[in-house]
Amino acid sequence: MMLTTQWLLDENPQTRAQSRAGQAYRLFLALLRNPLAIVGALIILLLLVVAAFAPWLAPYSPTESNLSMRLMAPSAAHWMGTDELGRDILSRIIHGTRITLFIVLLVAVISAPLGLLIGTVAGYFGGWIDKVLMGLTDIFLSFPRLIMALAFVAALGPGIENAVIAIAITAWPVYARIARAETLTFRNSEFISAIRMQGASHGRIIFGHVMPLCMSSTIVRVTLDMAGIILTAAGLGFLGLGAQPPLPEWGAMISSGRAYILDQWWVATMPGFAIVIVSLGFCLFGDGLRDILDPRSRTK
Amino acid sequence: MIELRNLSIFYGETQVVKEVSLSIARGASFALVGESGSGKSTILKALAGQVTDWTGQIRLGDHSLEHGRDPALVRLCQMVFQDPFGSLHPRKSVDATLSEPLAIHRIGRQNERVLEAMDAVGLARKFRFRLPHQLSGGQRQRVAIARALMLNPPILLLDEPTSALDVSVQAEVLNLLKSLREDHGLTYFLVTHDLPVVSFLCDELGVLRNGELTEVTSVERLKQGNLQSEYGNELLSKSH
Repeated sequence: MMLTTQWLLDENPQTRAQSRAGQAYRLFLALLRNPLAIVGALIILLLLVVAAFAPWLAPYSPTESNLSMRLMAPSAAHWMGTDELGRDILSRIIHGTRITLFIVLLVAVISAPLGLLIGTVAGYFGGWIDKVLMGLTDIFLSFPRLIMALAFVAALGPGIENAVIAIAITAWPVYARIARAETLTFRNSEFISAIRMQGASHGRIIFGHVMPLCMSSTIVRVTLDMAGIILTAAGLGFLGLGAQPPLPEWGAMISSGRAYILDQWWVATMPGFAIVIVSLGFCLFGDGLRDILDPRSRTK
Repeated sequence: MIELRNLSIFYGETQVVKEVSLSIARGASFALVGESGSGKSTILKALAGQVTDWTGQIRLGDHSLEHGRDPALVRLCQMVFQDPFGSLHPRKSVDATLSEPLAIHRIGRQNERVLEAMDAVGLARKFRFRLPHQLSGGQRQRVAIARALMLNPPILLLDEPTSALDVSVQAEVLNLLKSLREDHGLTYFLVTHDLPVVSFLCDELGVLRNGELTEVTSVERLKQGNLQSEYGNELLSKSH
């Protein structure tokens, strides 16, 4: 089996694997045609690489304080300066990528499947199930996200795991709404009737036939939401309810730099840059994904 | 094979089908014709188990159809839908669509059966892993027919199976349906307003008007242009 472009783009694939690989390759080609999405993908890739090799990339320890080097301005030795305990800010940001990734991935893994399940079940069955589930969703949606996350963290106690749980609890209603709306557009369509006539169970229809059609809009939405998740996590960190010191969480770093913002601007600004750049990366990539995954915009 | 006794169907308060009684022999091909809104598709949906608010009796073979989800229905009849663009899952390849019923009922030899079904409906094997949007309308309808036949049901319900297709493709699909019926000894229940399709594919037809069966007659009389009821002849004159 040779992995050539011709094999991938074959109009008449011989096996399931070939047809799947071909589809993935076509999506990849479509993504390549969108320069902004490439920029987003590169930023995310950079984030992944930095997170993977953080201990080797960081020039100093992220937690060891050195009071003789307090609040040094950016220089050749400390590219982003040092904070109020003399810790190298660049090293802290590099180690902070792990925390950011941990939060973002866990929230996505918890909230996206939950929202997808609730939305598709509500849309597929309709009736009172729909009313109950959507009522629940509305309750969650009606609170501002950060406020509700705050309330949950306050109840669960501060800490990074609880921050993740709180953000996940506040993030799923959006996905449920989207999945339900999508499900409603085809719940009465003939291909669903056809599979029902063939004796498929409700579970099989929802997981095998309804969910795959809601998947792309959910993936796009999750990617776009990543920026919001990072900001919420940073917000919780800033308020002292997320990652606890000395963990180098970006929001908490901004918070501790607040006291010196007029004289030592870099302490708060550098982690702010990191948040902006990573959020922007997810936004751009999500936008590009929407363009290629949205079935309405996809041509033959 | 199909027997309806005093079948009445309701959509909420409205009665859309009124006391219809019909009997269709095994291996026959029966067409239900009528204007849109006459209730013909509703009868089809009741047979398919999609409409459950009915009274009277529906017998398929030896089985008396239950209201609601009837597991026995799956092996008794399957349906070919009107719109081949809407009746296939847009993200599933031909192979996935055809092997799904086998997977549901845990039937073995999936690979061979899918290929046999594709051969039976005249779909080239190279199309096996294509997605619906990579197929033409006629090819899609062939996939839909193959899917309906995967579980070897004795009865096939046809909901205007050619009306969404080009004229040239219509003939192909009709020929395919005709030969499949001969090969597999299938019983057809066709709903259409296209009388030429009826005379090509069916032996018998029923004329439905406002939910009431006005007449049941043979296709010979249709071909002679000599239906019994006034309304039937009116329909006939409109179709020319």
